[in-house]
Amino acid sequence: MSHIGVDRWVEESGDRQEHHTGWTAPARRLFDKVRPGWRLAIFIALVSIYPLLVSQAGVRIGITVLVLAMLALGLNIVVGWAGLLDLGYVAFYGFGAYFYAVVSSDQLPAHWPTWVSIPVVVAATALLGALLSLPSRRLVGDYLAIMTLFFAQVFVEIVRNYSRLPGVETDITGGPNGITGVDPLSLFGFQFNTFSRNFYLLVALLALLIVSLHHINDSRTGRAWRALREDTLAAEHMTTPVNRLKMLAFAVGAAIAGLSGAIFAAVQVGVFPNNFLLVFLITVYAALILGGLGSIPGAIIGAIAVAFTPEILRSPGAAGWLFYIGVLALLLVVLKQRARLAAVIAGVVAFGYVFRMVALGIWDETILGTANDTLTGGILDGWLLILGEHQDVVTNYAFVLVIVGVLGVIVTKGWWRVAIFVPTIYLAVFVWENKLALQPSVTRQLLFGGVLMVMMAVRPQGLLGTRRVEIT
Amino acid sequence: MEFFLQQTVNGLTLGSVYALIALGYSMVYGVLKFLNFAHGEVYMFGAFAGYGVLTVLGGPSALIVPVWLAITLMFVAAMAVASGIGVALERFAYRPLRKASRLAPLISAIGASFFLQAAALLLFTANSRSYDAPSLIPIESGLTLGPINVWLVRILVIVTAFVLMILLTWWVKSSRVGKAVRAVSFDTEAAAMMGVDVDRVIVATFLIGSALAGVGGVMVGLVFGRIFHLMGFIAGLKAFTAAVVGGIGSIPGAMLGGLLIGFAEAYTTSYISSTFQNLIVFGLLIVFLLVRPSGFLGRPELAKV
Repeated sequence: MSHIGVDRWVEESGDRQEHHTGWTAPARRLFDKVRPGWRLAIFIALVSIYPLLVSQAGVRIGITVLVLAMLALGLNIVVGWAGLLDLGYVAFYGFGAYFYAVVSSDQLPAHWPTWVSIPVVVAATALLGALLSLPSRRLVGDYLAIMTLFFAQVFVEIVRNYSRLPGVETDITGGPNGITGVDPLSLFGFQFNTFSRNFYLLVALLALLIVSLHHINDSRTGRAWRALREDTLAAEHMTTPVNRLKMLAFAVGAAIAGLSGAIFAAVQVGVFPNNFLLVFLITVYAALILGGLGSIPGAIIGAIAVAFTPEILRSPGAAGWLFYIGVLALLLVVLKQRARLAAVIAGVVAFGYVFRMVALGIWDETILGTANDTLTGGILDGWLLILGEHQDVVTNYAFVLVIVGVLGVIVTKGWWRVAIFVPTIYLAVFVWENKLALQPSVTRQLLFGGVLMVMMAVRPQGLLGTRRVEIT
Repeated sequence: MEFFLQQTVNGLTLGSVYALIALGYSMVYGVLKFLNFAHGEVYMFGAFAGYGVLTVLGGPSALIVPVWLAITLMFVAAMAVASGIGVALERFAYRPLRKASRLAPLISAIGASFFLQAAALLLFTANSRSYDAPSLIPIESGLTLGPINVWLVRILVIVTAFVLMILLTWWVKSSRVGKAVRAVSFDTEAAAMMGVDVDRVIVATFLIGSALAGVGGVMVGLVFGRIFHLMGFIAGLKAFTAAVVGGIGSIPGAMLGGLLIGFAEAYTTSYISSTFQNLIVFGLLIVFLLVRPSGFLGRPELAKV
């Protein structure tokens, strides 16, 4: 029986909350127990130790992580809170970077002091964001998404092809060569000219950003953005100024992107059109979606995971670990029962030996190449075929077969699934050792694209987001 | 005059291809109210499927079958591969998300688009390929229209595109499934209540839309030669613009929009500068979104609560 004045939906709302079970539960409970302020303090403390433990290159990677975290937080405002799919986000980042580079290098030549250039860059990027949001007044999300995507494409083209304004001699963007020799940031005579200094500057900025966003999220504006995301029409009826809020979300998101871009340009001591392609947009999206749309800690954890992935993929040994652990984890999640898991693993091992025997029976040892220096090269040698010749063609077919196999696993059930699983896993290992491990940059692209699809289907709230209560 | 005519034919060719791709966007949008970002990649895979068949048949200069058969096979293969990818996308990337929040399928679609791009990079490498159609059908062959000579391949492309569009119009208007497509795009729930199998209609839409994109891919390969793994991205954006200009969700609108974008691009390239072509299309998109979001032939959306 429901209480008077409380309808079923409200009464059952507790059941719709996500219950954490299994091995993630203690971690999640611990995370929830710590208050946000302490979480931030612990995070900052851990991050501050990081540069002391690693080399210069490590600090450089750390800077990438922090910039990505800032971008993910900015994108979170637009996509996670206001629910506007902004696919031109990387163009704001690029605009900020180029603006800063142009006014702080020999390009014009102009060498504005940092305290002038940074505020101007941030304001200009915010203005650009507000301008781009104008068409969104009349559009639903889909149109906005593709228009901003087009904008991102056009931005790169303009930067690349129109380095001069008509009638002006000065080369502004440097065309395909980009701009080099950009000034480092400097405040009150203090030059941020080493990686460590920039790292700590970014940590401070990130902390500031996190605190402000935390408060914005709880503010009137933050609630209004979420209302906009859940149901624009209803929000409008409640006299929420929908258009102004959309513009504000775009402008704030763009401003953060512009700031990150300017710092990126200063750290890299240059900007190039290739820094701002679709690849990077997908990276930021992967970070945000992986961590959880709408969640501040999620955006940061996602950024850490996503920014370290290419570094892991670059070193063959670590990439091997990542791959095999990933496959094992996937098996555990999909198969659930121990009997099936054991059957699949035994099946894969047996399948491998039979396959090798048959393949070497038909052709001969000449097709074999030498194992690449990956983690398991030595262990797997007698089991897996490492191809020497025809590698490209064979692995291409194998790659397509792996995808078909994975899709087959999704649609089948029970022991059928196990039967498809065995050759698919063998082929996946085959493709990995023969092809993917050798092309880390393509593998990363496949991974990020896949992350977006898989996360949306399996866990749209991301690792740290909370499941949304759907109103239908 | 001669130059102008040449560019008009060029625009017509380009426009027919854009129209074919735009149809896929528009049909899917009509049925699902959702933009299939990966549509451009479907078109790219169609182009590569055609190239694969051409290579298997001995390459453009040493064909082992008659030319007409080779071209037919290329079209068939491209349609098969493209519609296979399209249907797989629908089944695995979009269908599980049909009841999810509004953003979920869009994010999944952009992920799918990127995944397919990366897969193409992996499979076909970053080098561009060439159909080398002039050695299939000599460039001198064709019709003489006043001062200019129109290459047979161009005529083939334009005629095929128009035949396909007429067939599609007939299919949507008169066939059983076509009527169901219209019913679903008008009101999904009501159509479902009347016994229309919505899932089947959606699959049919993806199948046909993707097959048309595949045909478009082969056409681009034949006329313009170069195909590469990123070709789908910008073509997808332009075809989307075509769909918007014509009125998204409207089939004749997509054709009209495609032709308009084709002409706009051809004339911009020849009379202003080739680097301007994408800017002009983007400008058109912005103008239409601001001034007339429903396009030339679309119905204005009324928000229902």
